[in-house]
Amino acid sequence: MLSNIGNILLLSNVLIGALIIYYSFNCLKTSNNLVFKNIYQLSLIQSTLILSCFFTLVAAFLVSDFSLINVYQNSHSLKPVFYKISGTWGNHEGSLLLWVIILTVFSFLFLVLNKNHPKNYRLHTLIIQNLLILGFLFFILFNSNPFSIINPVPKEGLGLNPILQDPALAIHPPLLYVGFVGSSIYFSAAMASMVSNYNDRSFAKSIKGWVLISWVFQTLGIMVGSIWAYYELGWGGFWFWDPVENASLLPWFAMTALLHSLLVLEKRNALYFWTIILCLLTFTLSVTGTFLVRSGILNSVHTFANDPSRGIYILVFLSIMIITSVYFLFTRYKPETNHISGNSKETFVLINNWFMMFYLITVLLGTLYPIFTDVLFKSKISVGPPFYNSVIAPVVVFFLVFMAIGPQTKWIKNKFTNLKQLSIILGGALLTNFTIIFLFKSYSVISNLIIISSLFLIFSSFMDLFKKTKLNFARIISHLSFGFLIFFIGLNHNFTIEKDFNLKLGEEKVIDNYKFVLNDLELINQINYKAIIGKLRVKNMNTNEERTLKPEIRIYDNPQTLTYEASIKTNFFKDHYLTMSNIDRSEYYNVKFQEKPLMIWIWISVVMLSLGGFVSLFKNAKNN
Amino acid sequence: MRTKIIFTFLLINFYSYVASNETINENKIYKNLRCLVCQGQSISDSNSDFAVTLKLVVNDLIEKGKSEEEIYNFLSDKYGDWILYKPKFNLENLALWFLPYFVLFLGGLIILYIIRKKVKKT
Amino acid sequence: MQKTIKLTISVFIFFILLVFYLSLNKVSNYDTENLVGNKLNQIKLESLEGINYITNKNLKKNSYTLINFWASWCAPCRVEHPFLMELSEIKNLKILGVNFKDKKDNALNFLDSLGNPYHYLAKDIKGKQSVNFGIYGIPESILIDKDFIVIKKFVGPLNFEDLNEIKKIVSSL
Repeated sequence: MLSNIGNILLLSNVLIGALIIYYSFNCLKTSNNLVFKNIYQLSLIQSTLILSCFFTLVAAFLVSDFSLINVYQNSHSLKPVFYKISGTWGNHEGSLLLWVIILTVFSFLFLVLNKNHPKNYRLHTLIIQNLLILGFLFFILFNSNPFSIINPVPKEGLGLNPILQDPALAIHPPLLYVGFVGSSIYFSAAMASMVSNYNDRSFAKSIKGWVLISWVFQTLGIMVGSIWAYYELGWGGFWFWDPVENASLLPWFAMTALLHSLLVLEKRNALYFWTIILCLLTFTLSVTGTFLVRSGILNSVHTFANDPSRGIYILVFLSIMIITSVYFLFTRYKPETNHISGNSKETFVLINNWFMMFYLITVLLGTLYPIFTDVLFKSKISVGPPFYNSVIAPVVVFFLVFMAIGPQTKWIKNKFTNLKQLSIILGGALLTNFTIIFLFKSYSVISNLIIISSLFLIFSSFMDLFKKTKLNFARIISHLSFGFLIFFIGLNHNFTIEKDFNLKLGEEKVIDNYKFVLNDLELINQINYKAIIGKLRVKNMNTNEERTLKPEIRIYDNPQTLTYEASIKTNFFKDHYLTMSNIDRSEYYNVKFQEKPLMIWIWISVVMLSLGGFVSLFKNAKNN
Repeated sequence: MRTKIIFTFLLINFYSYVASNETINENKIYKNLRCLVCQGQSISDSNSDFAVTLKLVVNDLIEKGKSEEEIYNFLSDKYGDWILYKPKFNLENLALWFLPYFVLFLGGLIILYIIRKKVKKT
Repeated sequence: MQKTIKLTISVFIFFILLVFYLSLNKVSNYDTENLVGNKLNQIKLESLEGINYITNKNLKKNSYTLINFWASWCAPCRVEHPFLMELSEIKNLKILGVNFKDKKDNALNFLDSLGNPYHYLAKDIKGKQSVNFGIYGIPESILIDKDFIVIKKFVGPLNFEDLNEIKKIVSSL
């Protein structure tokens, strides 16, 4: 039943998509600047239908309708209601439906909210966006249909992978999708802008809000994913440079670059084609990331069940997207007539873009390189954290310095009058760095440079708050919190203490100034898992600080899986992080203890960073 | 005067670096070795049978006085380059290591070009 | 100038898409194929009894040697055991069993009840020796010839096809 409803809704969506395209072409032929009323109506119906389609699937998950393969494979009747719902988008087919929802809703909102822009531009955007929608609808219908049925109907579902049964992971995909699927709307707008010759600063105004929304959500989505990895994977790290993580980072770099170049287009009517390239690049990278993740050609922690036929579909789609956008770029390209002075805000925006492109290329290359060597030289290599850290870290130093100086400059032509202030800030940064080393311990040259430059950025953004001129809060908050982010990551990296040892019940162990006792092992039964909970007493003998940590080893029933739950105690200064795992054929448990300073500040910095985006979004909405 | 103060602080900051030790760090080596039986973890993050064994072997090699480089070479002989998270500098990986910096360099040139054009015209 | 740039970009994009396409049919999982063709020079394993060492010298006279890593606690090892028993009867092939992270008594019990296919028996209590052979999980088997060159690696339990393949290689002498 639900399967039929779902399929009918999907098919009617295809129909409406086609109708919208048809009417839009008709409407383009008329000479006035009015968009047909029925286009608005169809667009609204389209959004409503796709949402109903999604809720149909949610309903199937809620009532555990195992006649749907998708529900059978990803749910279980005993699962908590919350995870039944989040299971809807926790799998390939369901998440594609979420994709189409965002494509559709953004399409409608863009149409409605941009009434003061020319008809041709809006309609072309709508047409291109609907082509994207149709592309994904066909993908769902022919290859990844969440409403496919199974016969005979199974009595019970297979269940959702327990490490995915987690609140952070339930909200992670929707956030991330609003981010990178949301970028589709400015992909379409950029194409439309080239087709309809709508290429001045008002084009920048029409997409600015959308870029900001997608950037804010992408930032938050990445953070939530990272928090999840931190407490769920049990390694104490929060960023692994894993291919799937990289796939979400690539569009973020492009968006960040776009956010800045858009300023130049808006204020100075320059860098039009570069901005267009970034618009196209963002969504292209999003689809590329989807291709890499869903086709299963990359070896990653977060593997989706993979299937080459999906890969080939997305690859064809991606190729069409790239070829068309490159075709339009090549045929419409005209050299810029507006010029940029060496010492001006424009130049510093270009510098931001320059570094973003460097990060983007590095991460893209690192992610793809193993595929290239495998295909071209038949050799399998790994590219992991040590590669990214060693290539990117030195460059970040310069980036932070430019990031501090850039906002001090003026549009068109600038003169540095505040050299005195800058040198005071630099002195302050050096002094602070020295104090940290003096009080705690020393670290490598590169860490020194990163901490000094992040402090430089922090201080200089902070000074901006006390300026007499009109304040750009959005920028100050974002730059300040980015400085803090790098600063805290730097300190966290250098001051993390790690102890790795084996312990059995009742045993006591002293390592350096820490004393560990495994006091108790408790066995508990929950609805969908059994757990061994260890009670480990940790004492820091220097500070006499004492606390009990309770790591768990969980055995889930559906499907049978063993997971290790970290025990984390957080305060404003540091996290204590402890995981315990059983050692095969032994009564000992392997214990991994970490003291990670300032962890919570890393998350706070990212929230602040996205807050900057929100402020800018708010200001943008008020101005329009 | 101010430049002198800054210069002094720079010196102090870098002196502190020299003071930090230069001994071989087994944790750094663990983090660069991929746990072959796990999904995308280093042996530092895993306590699978394989990771435990490999840690023992690495410790032995350090004790024997092998350098980081020699340890990596030994293990990539046995398990292939797949085991190293930081790919070696060689012809195959040339593009991987140099392309990012090439792009950085090229980007700098392009920005200079854009800025220069203005100077010529006015 | 503009034409060259456009051409370069087009070629580059085409190249990436082609590589993506080719990679779709590849298996992205790890294997130790690169070890095939290498020479195992420094074999030195303590015998299971712990009295002497098994080295290259002992294996020199064999036309082919199959080095098999096993343990009594390893379930898949029981699955492949009958195949090893069958292989042990081939004339050109000698089997070196390396008992991996195991207790001697358990190992001997295992062989008592299931039969002993091994011509040489060695042990690797801490598993450190296995690294020299590029082993990352047991059971694994390595087929070498008289020059100690690795001809084939078998990851996971030996099956019927592996058995036939080994027979074919060994009899082609």
